[in-house]
Amino acid sequence: MPSLIDLSIHELHDILSRRDVSAVEVTMAYLDRIGEVDPKIRAYLTVTPDKALTQAEEADKCLKKADDITPLTGIPMGIKDVICTRGVKTTCGSKILENFVPPYNATVMEKLEAHGAVMLGKLNMDEFAMGSSTENSAYYPTHNPWDLERIPGGSSGGSAASVAARACAGSLGSDTGGSVRQPASYCGVVGLKPTYGTVSRFGLVAFASSLDQIGPISRDVTDCALLLNAISGHDTRDSTSVPKDVPDYTASLISGLKNYTLGIPREYFIPGLDPEVEKAVKYAVAALESQGAEVVEVSLPHTEYAVATYYIIAPAEASSNLSRYDGVKYGLRAPDYKNLMDMYKKTRSLGFGPEVKRRIMIGTYSLSAGYYDAYYKKASQVRTLITQDFKNAFEKCDVIAAPVAPTTAFRLGEKADDPLQMYLSDIFTIPVNLAGIPGISVPCGLSSSGLPIGLQLMAGHFEETKLLTVAYNLELALGRCESWPLD
Amino acid sequence: MKITTSEIEHVAQLARLSFDPSEIENFNRQLNDILGYINKLEDLDTSLVEPTTHALELTNAFRKDEVKSSLPVEKTLSNAPEQEQGKFVVPKII
Repeated sequence: MPSLIDLSIHELHDILSRRDVSAVEVTMAYLDRIGEVDPKIRAYLTVTPDKALTQAEEADKCLKKADDITPLTGIPMGIKDVICTRGVKTTCGSKILENFVPPYNATVMEKLEAHGAVMLGKLNMDEFAMGSSTENSAYYPTHNPWDLERIPGGSSGGSAASVAARACAGSLGSDTGGSVRQPASYCGVVGLKPTYGTVSRFGLVAFASSLDQIGPISRDVTDCALLLNAISGHDTRDSTSVPKDVPDYTASLISGLKNYTLGIPREYFIPGLDPEVEKAVKYAVAALESQGAEVVEVSLPHTEYAVATYYIIAPAEASSNLSRYDGVKYGLRAPDYKNLMDMYKKTRSLGFGPEVKRRIMIGTYSLSAGYYDAYYKKASQVRTLITQDFKNAFEKCDVIAAPVAPTTAFRLGEKADDPLQMYLSDIFTIPVNLAGIPGISVPCGLSSSGLPIGLQLMAGHFEETKLLTVAYNLELALGRCESWPLD
Repeated sequence: MKITTSEIEHVAQLARLSFDPSEIENFNRQLNDILGYINKLEDLDTSLVEPTTHALELTNAFRKDEVKSSLPVEKTLSNAPEQEQGKFVVPKII
């Protein structure tokens, strides 16, 4: 019999509801696993064993009475440390929030608690979700469980690494320019960025408000659908949340892709794309064809402008959002200062790391007097062109298939001194955020050195069901991952 | 467009950040690299393109104007670096 930590969420649910095992036993197994592997991968910033065991005991009461059971009852989850958790430190990977204990829960936490899920702890990330490697965490970098000398991706590096290392059954991350999909690809797990407005951002610490979405990370596509069912839905506390009924996403887990057209964007197969990634992606496309999909070439002509567009819009929004860290209402206040202005400057200069300062500077510059038209307005116009590219492509296909990232996971330190090279690693994930459409990363193979490669699937607004159907068929065609790292 | 050291100092003031001279030099190089890359947007003629500020066509999200319970003052102040008599304490301004 496989050990408890090897099971997916839906497999755990089966044995929990049969009462073959208790929620406390499952939680204990995960806490032991964290003790065993987390010193190597450092995915967690905070582990909450007491809270987890209390929640597991509550779940066991429901399971015993066979009352109020959901697919997540007693399932141990990890949460990216950018999501507010009542009474549990939420640092955003930043020194400026080192001691911040939210007095309220994010909507997604209320939903997970209402579904009976267990929280194991808070997961490491690039500071304020700004980064692609988790090296920008103010605390420590997270290591990729498949190769400890490599980065797990980012910014939700802890969320992806912990799922791959079986240090939680599933996790939540956030995705502003690829921060769920890219680490999911590098760690060989499933990661979904929902359509903008599908999941409430209430209690998600803001980075770039017009791009941020919370998304699930899991070991298979079925788990992804179950988590999406739990966290989606309209919320009056987020004015950008969409008033729309949530479908049962598990209904899209059906075999066969007859009547599906898959678009392959020629602009995603460029020099700089690792030949091994290209090979794995093409193999995955062929596998989807064997499941019945028709494959056509499509064009997204403004792809090459996406990174430049993003690095105006996201820092501009960030510079505004992060002005709230001023040493007054919460977070750090510098110890010595002469007056109010001096306190602001010292607090922010002490509390923010270099990448966050860099982005605040870019954002402030691009919004400052005289530059608005040249930068922010221009980028917002190119954003329209990128969105239009997708609309045109979706007239010819249901789902677009492409690489998630140009390479596999890179080495720790490899791009740390070159911000622009780091930004360019998000070239294939950023367009999805700019257009507000959903995207998913699904494992599609390993490189010759044993590093995971992901296939990215993209669909029109609110077409998560199509994404999940295609992702599920890829999993059926290629088989689920049988050997996880750090065994 | 190239950003100068004095512009960086001005922007830092706007952003309420301070840097020592060696940091400014490093920032200058990195920001110019990034802005140099960003300038590729100038290749595109966007004179007839409407800007996008929001990915979805949602307009005002209204709700009923109802009184609801909110966080109590002591919880709201619980993370403040300095507080007194139910208020945030800031350095003297006047």
